[in-house]
Amino acid sequence: MATKASRSAARIMMAPAVVLLLGWMLVPLILTLWFSFTKYLPMRGDSIERGLDWVGFDNYARFLSSSAFWPSVQTTLVMVGGVLIITLVFGILLAMLLDQPIWGQGIVRILVIAPFFVMPTVSALVWKNMMMDPVNGIFSHLWRFFGAEPIAWLQDASLTSIIMIASWQWLPFATLILLTAIQSLDSEQLEAAEIDGASPLSRFFYIVLPHLGRAITIVTLIQTIFLLSIFAEIFVTTGGAFGTRTLTFLIFQRVIDSQNIGLGSAGGVYAIILANIVAIFLMRIVGKNLD
Amino acid sequence: MGQIELKQVTKSFGNTQVIPPLDLTIHEGEFTVFVGPSGCGKSTLLRLIAGLEDISSGHIEIDGTDATSLVPAKRGLAMVFQSYALYPHMSVRKNIAFPLKMAKMDQAEIDKRVNAAAEVLNLKDYIDRRPGQLSGGQRQRVAIGRAIVREPSAFLFDEPLSNLDAALRVGMRLEISELHKRLKTTMVYVTHDQVEAMTMADKIVVLQAGVIEQIGSPLELYRTPRNVFVAGFIGSPKMNLITGEEAAKYDAHTIGVRPEHIDVVDGEGEWNGTVGVAEHLGSDTFFHIHNTGLGEMLTVRAIGDVSLKHGDKIGLNPRKNEMHRFDAAGLRIA
Ligand SMILES: Nc1ncnc2c1ncn2[C@@H]1O[C@H](COP(=O)(O)OP(=O)(O)O)[C@@H](O)[C@H]1O
Ligand SMILES: [Mg+2]
Repeated sequence: MATKASRSAARIMMAPAVVLLLGWMLVPLILTLWFSFTKYLPMRGDSIERGLDWVGFDNYARFLSSSAFWPSVQTTLVMVGGVLIITLVFGILLAMLLDQPIWGQGIVRILVIAPFFVMPTVSALVWKNMMMDPVNGIFSHLWRFFGAEPIAWLQDASLTSIIMIASWQWLPFATLILLTAIQSLDSEQLEAAEIDGASPLSRFFYIVLPHLGRAITIVTLIQTIFLLSIFAEIFVTTGGAFGTRTLTFLIFQRVIDSQNIGLGSAGGVYAIILANIVAIFLMRIVGKNLD
Repeated sequence: MGQIELKQVTKSFGNTQVIPPLDLTIHEGEFTVFVGPSGCGKSTLLRLIAGLEDISSGHIEIDGTDATSLVPAKRGLAMVFQSYALYPHMSVRKNIAFPLKMAKMDQAEIDKRVNAAAEVLNLKDYIDRRPGQLSGGQRQRVAIGRAIVREPSAFLFDEPLSNLDAALRVGMRLEISELHKRLKTTMVYVTHDQVEAMTMADKIVVLQAGVIEQIGSPLELYRTPRNVFVAGFIGSPKMNLITGEEAAKYDAHTIGVRPEHIDVVDGEGEWNGTVGVAEHLGSDTFFHIHNTGLGEMLTVRAIGDVSLKHGDKIGLNPRKNEMHRFDAAGLRIA
């Protein structure tokens, strides 16, 4: 697309898609912004047809001053951070393992990727009932086998449990991206480093890890976007109890449980701001890998 | 420092033996070139010496001590790869310093050596750039820099010039030769290009299918090729190899005459044919001669710019004293 004519043709042809996407994004965003400045309690008879009362920043102030707000932000950050660390560390280890010529490589790779195909709701249910159940769960059997007292995972280690479930779901994604990155590493570089006297550990830190920088960046950014809005896993397992109430879950509770759409919308705007802060922060740390 | 000895070394990948039992001594300070067609096992042999591949049987000795089971880093050798294998995320300075850093040398000494190498290799102006921002020739020099700072007992080069364009290749060839003259360190150099071998080597090792066909100085190989393979491989353009009746006249299965050892005569010569393609290089002209009745097409060198055209008749006299004779097994007849 080098000529003027082809450039403008491209613009015209792209226009419908751009307009559609903008509308798709803008309409909900503007509605959320509007609701967040109004009193909107459908159970008390408020509706758009009858007009909503403008309340200024009341909803924002109330959401922020609620005792649940800061803990939910903290929970969100701990959860996202925990899952990122686990998926990256184990993703890199698994990717290096899968890169070795092993017997039944094809099948092993498919098995590793499989969790990604399981719906979040389903995987959360499986973890809750099969693995973490304090009486019949596999973990409780394992604990009893070693003579230990079984843990009531979803009560006593609730956030850890959620992090485990989400990590299990996202590990395949991280592994897959990191595996393709590892496979593109020129083996002569590793051999050169070997001759240069680098130990296996030095080779990993000086050659492999920098080579993976870009893939790690991509995994971090994409996973953060999805992890900030994790919902089904919490809804199905703890229902937001025992310190697992993330910002997303708090907004859900405000809108559905308290039937306060205005307050929930204000929370939604806070969530957008949080997501952007996290994104900018991440871009700063890892962004230099994305040139 | 820098004597490498291979004793009955073999290498197999699975069931295919790439290197049959092989003995070779590379003397201290020598510039040895492994040359042979693609896939003959040159790289494999070099990687065996470097320790990047385990040998299947036999021994490797470096400076008189058994190095067969030593890891690459402990062999005191430095290697320059065909792909350069620079570390893309490190600056030129860090690339060159890497082996020293791995050896836990102190920073002052590292800086001193890196600066000295950069000076020698004209890398000063781009010492803080990354490899991706350098041209092929500059990358090659960085790779050589990374090798020389370690002060190894021998350098191993695997086709280091094959990714460069023709002009740069000639320049780098000279630079590497100069480097050898100055450092006087053993160098083992792999190439498939016999011109590189002839111009750089103290000693050439001609390989075919993992077997050493001949070892000798460039001129020894040129003057007395041990067999038909070496005769055809060394020298450019290729030696004319003639079999059949004409060879039988000389009591040989095959006779070989280099293009530069055939004289063009006026009128009828011993051999006669018609001119095909003429390659004019200015200083020399190479004629392809057809219809000589010798079976093969002949290549003939004429000094200067000779004006024979396509289709002209030509008479040729081979110089008898420069003729090579080979028996049915392809071996030289003295
Ligand atoms: N890792 C390997 N596995 C199996 N075969 C190999 C391997 N490396 C090289 N070979 C085989 O060994 C032979 C020699 O290869 P190589 O030493 O690279 O040749 P050269 O460098 O002379 O072109 C080739 O036939 C090649 O296919
Ligand atoms: Mg090779």
